Amino acid sequence: MSILVEPNTKVLIQGITGGFGGTHAKLSLDYGTKVVAGVTPGKGGQTFESSVPIFDTVDEAVTETGATVSAIFVPPPFAGDAIMEAVDAGIELIVAITEGIPVADMMRVKSMMTGSNCRLIGPNCPGIVTPGTGPDSTGGCRIGISPGYIHKKGSVGVVSRSGTLTYEAVWQTTQLGLGQSTCVGIGGDPINGTSHLDVLKLFNDDPETESIIMIGEIGGTAEEEAAEWVKDNCKKPVAAFIAGATAPPGRRMGHAGAIISGGKGTAEAKKAALKGAGIAVAETPSEMGSTLASIL
Amino acid sequence: MNIHEYQAKDLFEKFSVPSPKGSMAESPEEAKKIADEIDGQIVIKAQVHAGGRGKGTFKNGFEGGVHLTDDPSKIYDIAAKMLGETLVTHQTGEDGKVVNKVMVAKAVDISKEYYLAILMDRESQSPVIVASTEGGVNIEEVAEKTPEKIIRESIHPLAGLQPYEIRKISNKLGMQGDTAKQFAKLLKALFKLFISCDCSLVEINPLVTTPDGDVLALDAKFGFDDNALYRQQEIASMRDTSEEDPREVAASEYGLNYIGLDGNIACLVNGAGLAMATMDIIKHYGGEPANFLDVGGGATEEQVTNAFKIILGDSNVKGILVNIFGGIMDCDVIANGIVNACKQVNLSIPLVVRLEGNNVDAGKETLSNSGVNLIAADDLSDAAQKAVKAINQ
Repeated sequence: MSILVEPNTKVLIQGITGGFGGTHAKLSLDYGTKVVAGVTPGKGGQTFESSVPIFDTVDEAVTETGATVSAIFVPPPFAGDAIMEAVDAGIELIVAITEGIPVADMMRVKSMMTGSNCRLIGPNCPGIVTPGTGPDSTGGCRIGISPGYIHKKGSVGVVSRSGTLTYEAVWQTTQLGLGQSTCVGIGGDPINGTSHLDVLKLFNDDPETESIIMIGEIGGTAEEEAAEWVKDNCKKPVAAFIAGATAPPGRRMGHAGAIISGGKGTAEAKKAALKGAGIAVAETPSEMGSTLASIL
Repeated sequence: MNIHEYQAKDLFEKFSVPSPKGSMAESPEEAKKIADEIDGQIVIKAQVHAGGRGKGTFKNGFEGGVHLTDDPSKIYDIAAKMLGETLVTHQTGEDGKVVNKVMVAKAVDISKEYYLAILMDRESQSPVIVASTEGGVNIEEVAEKTPEKIIRESIHPLAGLQPYEIRKISNKLGMQGDTAKQFAKLLKALFKLFISCDCSLVEINPLVTTPDGDVLALDAKFGFDDNALYRQQEIASMRDTSEEDPREVAASEYGLNYIGLDGNIACLVNGAGLAMATMDIIKHYGGEPANFLDVGGGATEEQVTNAFKIILGDSNVKGILVNIFGGIMDCDVIANGIVNACKQVNLSIPLVVRLEGNNVDAGKETLSNSGVNLIAADDLSDAAQKAVKAINQ
């Protein structure tokens, strides 16, 4: 097992005809992901890589192909609308890769999703990978922009707000031979669909996941909330890393959500909360894998 | 992005949020003209983004970036001593800020001061109105010492601000009759401004009532959602790049995310999380990072070259650490970018490079065959330690 997606998951890609969306749709196909449809308004009837049908609407794509997961590669001004279209079409899991969606748009999207059974991952995230058993971990399900080949099918669940730090953790656990069950990038925006805590709960219930790496950064209190839950509820060993110990207060460090405001959201406070919950905190990003290995 | 006080005032006027009469002047003549139209006390304020203006000193010896007077004829002289001069406050640093504009406004009599703000709250994922009867003071202190004096009201993102919510707030603030009515009008207008302009924060401190019964916004601080600036042309045009770190301005022109810091080891990294972590690990091994720099996921050779130029524009920088995890990007392409950048800028300080990911062997070979004097590192720990060691030699 794995969480959220598995090799047979049927994926559609909104924005498949864009440069960015197209590049990564191709890489996902090469990885073995079942990309069954693309959606670009006005380009219905065409095909992508002469194998994937393109539709005008998500509704039509779902009806015709049975896709249950949608990856959003739509530019920021139209991304909110694209997410709501996927919710309306009955998509079960939306993975929003787009960076730079206005906060007000995301607020409305989240509010509109209240009561629906759809889960949103992201936005501003690298996506999800459940590694496969083929060479370079192919044969798995890759949704988003992560490099597939750094993965290895295994037992570590990875959840992170940052893309490149996820790759570091993945690469380190691959080198150690541990491999990953599923890797989830939840994104660097202040308002996102799925939190660290949501993903930890899924990993906790997943028989294939034996241990967890959680990567956080300054800003907000999501890591503290996750730690609070881990303390009494998590059955599996958790290692963590928090980025931004040297970030100056009040400055937005690349990610829209990575900002210390009003003295809240500091790396120190987060590390203390994690340690207090019995989580092994890596002092440097080079030691995420070894810190986890040390508690197994 | 920050805006000037006079620009905030313009926004208030556009959205009918009542504030004292006044406007901006760029010359002593203009300043006097505005003052002539004002009855009673007049306030003149230097327009710079830094705080602490009142207690600041101009380099020409003139004391104070904020002045009060009853006499409109004095405004000309005061403006002349401020305009074109450099104001130093506790927030500007020694270099100070050149004052190009002043604001001249009516100084109002105050009956009572309040605090009023609207912000995008990440926990409740909605706009939140924050109000307090303790206005004109540091609100963070109020929140810490007397949290019961802070009123918070979450607004439904889709329903928007409702009349009952305004009544709830004005009631808790102890406002009655006409004051409550005027407050309701002001808050409604302010909320409209907040949503229409994609604000992340509007803070009025203080909001005042006057002996004449008016409710006025006396000062305002704005924050905007950078992600929404594409649809906020008017707000975007208010950006004053002379108020920003020139290196950050240059970086943003090349699509680079750069934040200057005080240390001496510059870093160039792909990805915001990894860039922050790289700063952290430099510090961990006893060094001081000179900057945050995220070249993004698809950095071009041109971007890397410009990133090097910006880094080297900081005279404190004694060494550079390049940390790239080339997931999708070809490491060899990045290596070529680094080599060409080094040659273009005639690099003369230690450069440590850690390269990992796609096609990394070809990338490492390109680096070692380039003739560029660089220190190769195996992993991030190794890179940080080598960088710290290199600048201490």
